[in-house]
Amino acid sequence: MTLAPNAPSASGAPDSSSSGTGTPTAPPAVRRRAPAPRARIAGIATRTPFWVLTTGLALVFLFPLIWAGVASFSPQAGSNQVDGWGFGNYVTLANYQAGIAQYLWNSTVVSGLTVLFTLVVSTLGGYAFARFRFPGRNLLFLLTLAILMVPYATLLIPLYVLLNEIGLQNSLLGLSLVLAMFQLPFATFMMRISFESVPRELDEAALVDGCSSFGALRRVLLPAVKPGLITVGLFAFLTAWNDFVAPLILITDSDKAPLPLAVANMRQQVMGIVDYGATEAGVVVLAVPCVVLFLVLQRHYVRGFMSGALKG
Amino acid sequence: MSVQLPLSSVATAAGTPPPSARRRRRPGRHHALSGWAYAAPTALFVLVLFVLPVLLVGQMSASDWPLLSGNQGVNFPDNFRDAVDNRFFWDSVVFTIKYTVIATVLLIGLGLGLALLVQESTHWKSFLRTAVLVPSALGLASASLLFYALYSPQVGPISPFLERLGIVDGPVSFLGSPDGALWSTVFLVVWRFAGFYMLLLMVGLQGIPHEVYEAARMDGASRWQTFSRVTLPLLRPSLALCTILCVTGSLLAFDQFYILTKGGPDNSTITVVQLIYNVAFQGQNDLGVAAALSIIVLGALVLINIAQIRGMRAPEEK
Repeated sequence: MTLAPNAPSASGAPDSSSSGTGTPTAPPAVRRRAPAPRARIAGIATRTPFWVLTTGLALVFLFPLIWAGVASFSPQAGSNQVDGWGFGNYVTLANYQAGIAQYLWNSTVVSGLTVLFTLVVSTLGGYAFARFRFPGRNLLFLLTLAILMVPYATLLIPLYVLLNEIGLQNSLLGLSLVLAMFQLPFATFMMRISFESVPRELDEAALVDGCSSFGALRRVLLPAVKPGLITVGLFAFLTAWNDFVAPLILITDSDKAPLPLAVANMRQQVMGIVDYGATEAGVVVLAVPCVVLFLVLQRHYVRGFMSGALKG
Repeated sequence: MSVQLPLSSVATAAGTPPPSARRRRRPGRHHALSGWAYAAPTALFVLVLFVLPVLLVGQMSASDWPLLSGNQGVNFPDNFRDAVDNRFFWDSVVFTIKYTVIATVLLIGLGLGLALLVQESTHWKSFLRTAVLVPSALGLASASLLFYALYSPQVGPISPFLERLGIVDGPVSFLGSPDGALWSTVFLVVWRFAGFYMLLLMVGLQGIPHEVYEAARMDGASRWQTFSRVTLPLLRPSLALCTILCVTGSLLAFDQFYILTKGGPDNSTITVVQLIYNVAFQGQNDLGVAAALSIIVLGALVLINIAQIRGMRAPEEK
């Protein structure tokens, strides 16, 4: 990020030009300090639009999140938190139908299983594509990537029928399998380039020392592709935790709904009257893990993402 | 859906053989067998959960297939005729295209602007970058629910704020009119995805070598000339990737409209995918017609993406 060729207009040039006109006229000793404040004021003046614009932008992007957090605790007519600040909306949320604990559990199970399936399948697959030559290799890789080309809805309708056939209808396991499948193009691609960026000598040495190919994967390569694993796992978690359409179609039993579906349903439940307070509380519960995870792993997230995209 | 990233990068990797394949020391047959063993889980997932459903949706589109009673035999051209004759078919196509154009222009424009704005790594700019990126961590459904409350006339803070400023007289109904519903949804989508496109374009900007800018400056290019003659052409691959992702994503928009507008007011904001969902699971319960609609969408998407890839190829490649 050090590269800054076409810097935004307000930053560099006006400052230097104004100080440039100021300095030659000032005799060194006495009036040396005089032009500096003027230059600084001119600098501030030219930079003001930049500060106003960027502060405004930051506010626009942060305000809705902050507002939802504050509003979920603040008093509101028509919610469980009518006067004073408190956890009334969270109480509504906790007692809604099967209880928020159940929905949180559903979401946790779905996200956990999806991350597990995605990591296992894409690690083995990425290893196969990066290190082995076998018939059908390119076809399988292209087929995996082709998942990206087919619309979500086009696949979910036959998947609904198919999961019914194999007895996985309305089950969190079935939902996780489907979500993991949608993760495969990105995950397999990411793991393949992660393995390919590890020097081949590393696992060849392990093979010479008598490791099996699986031993080489487990002992030598897995530690080397950890950044790729974290990126893939994080993406799989965020997608599974947040997904709305797949459970909407594949889960019919409201007790098995993951959190996003449960919160969306709750909003429609009460005879045309929407409990906005409880909705905001639901959004906060949904958003907090994602935002925390994002902020904690931000450096990593951005780097893993860039190493993947840079090859394009 | 935020994960569908490296479309173009994918194509390059698929064709290149691993660099040191010739130095492989293990005998071929054994090698191929272990390769297949490691690829087997991927193959199983792709075959059962992707190839089979794609074939099945083809069969369904040609069959009479009610939601509850399953396959009732061949119903070939009728499903497609019913799909096109659906009262909302053309309305949803027109609306989806309109939404796609607006969302793509705004997202790419804003993403590029933001990417140029926050490239340097000062403290303030990395704070800005984080602020713009944080909404990308939210799910589209969570973001839609958040804006549903934010826009609501009962609890939303925007309307009272505008009233206090004296810009409007009474409470604003953001989702009450067709145009209001469209632009409110566009705002939500821009808020949620601007950071993502900013990130993609920042990656592209960093791939442009510094020397090119040096040369432009030596030649006395103005800032605008540098931008339009150097930055934009060299950013072309990244811009093409962003446009393809954004167009595809917007054409398949569902969550935001399902949660924010439910297709209303007066069925003015029904997207194509919403129509598929409605035909399949709400009211008609006709999976055959829904599958036919899905096939039409798939075909249209393939055509549009081929056209985009052709259109965006660099001039010298044509």
